Amino acid sequence: MATRQVARSGLPLMNIVRMKGVPILKQLEIEECLLRTSSDNWCIINDGTDKPNIVMGISGKPAELVEIRPVLEDKIPVIRRFTGGGTVIVDHGTVFVSFICNKNDVADVQPYPRPIMSWSSLLYSQVFQGIADFRLRENDYVFGLRKFGGNAQSITKNRWIHHTSFLWDYEARNMSYLKHPQRAPEYRLARDHLDFICPMKDYISRSDFIRKTIDAAGNHFSVESTEFEAVKSPANMKFTPTSRLLTNHELEAAGKTSIL
Amino acid sequence: MALRIWASSTANALRLSTATRPHFSPLSRCFSSVLDGLKYANSHEWVKHDGSVATIGITDHAQDHLGELVFVELPETGGLVAKATGFGAVESVKATSDVNSPISGEIVEVNKKLNDTPGLINTSPYEDGWMIKVKPSDPSELDSLMGAKEYIKFCEEEDAGH
Repeated sequence: MATRQVARSGLPLMNIVRMKGVPILKQLEIEECLLRTSSDNWCIINDGTDKPNIVMGISGKPAELVEIRPVLEDKIPVIRRFTGGGTVIVDHGTVFVSFICNKNDVADVQPYPRPIMSWSSLLYSQVFQGIADFRLRENDYVFGLRKFGGNAQSITKNRWIHHTSFLWDYEARNMSYLKHPQRAPEYRLARDHLDFICPMKDYISRSDFIRKTIDAAGNHFSVESTEFEAVKSPANMKFTPTSRLLTNHELEAAGKTSIL
Repeated sequence: MALRIWASSTANALRLSTATRPHFSPLSRCFSSVLDGLKYANSHEWVKHDGSVATIGITDHAQDHLGELVFVELPETGGLVAKATGFGAVESVKATSDVNSPISGEIVEVNKKLNDTPGLINTSPYEDGWMIKVKPSDPSELDSLMGAKEYIKFCEEEDAGH
């Protein structure tokens, strides 16, 4: 049994890894490896990814979620990630924050989707206190009625990951690669994507957001910095990540399905 | 016919019912059903051993806490499962959750209906929502699993702790 790491403060330890511009597929591989092979707590922060990528949840069907023809023409990568949830398009304007935790180190949170989501919303309410009308609305982070952060999770027997893609900024034209999903939150009210989302930059700077997030994590954990070099290659060579890039063949097949 | 034992996740009382069908009142949202005659893992899967085959699924307590299931990932027949190790996953409320096998063995059948209707696990976790059938490689593994009463107590303690 792994020894529970506890700081002098009595709080469980959490390793903070700060990255910038790491490709989202690489980030997902690191996260899944840490979830499944590490026994430590982690907060991964990736300040922007290198180029636009579409990222679907584990059950995502490209025919239903993605405008196939322009995605193929413009060579936009489409990834299916290991966590649940919906589809996002991410780029250099996206700030990613992921919490990977031992359930016993967050013992007052039952390891199920809604309690974990509720816990995360309390953490982020500390980040945005006094800044904006932040709340968790039907599993999205919103300012008022506009979504600025999408969440997803994966829960194993003893650990879980809750990760978020925050729209610090985005390019409106990129949103046109995404279809209106069949499953949409009620508060969306049939709004077009650009009327449904908002950029975080209107409320807080990137550096302040990251700093305040680390501070908020420090209310629950004893945080320590860990270099990206320590996590970028999987320590357990037997581990195979399940997030993957869809092939052009798969996208073309999906494109044929969508016009039937 | 299986006895149905009703377990409350919020109330302290334990009620034994011989009703043949679940009988839901407005309060029953607080109640998860636990069937006598099954065995239970502490990761909230059930197993029904019937001759040479064991049927496995997730419990009513689990499906209630997970929420509406929208996707189920199942293994292929012919594959092997190991006790307390994941064999698949379910998706609900933006989360994937591992499903672990209570016992070891060879997968002999998979519930393909769950591909199109994952919600069967929500509406019928012990019957139509079964996930895999396994030929146990070591039936003695069943002895270390919880019976119905033990599982009820386990769920109540787990819920009370949060």
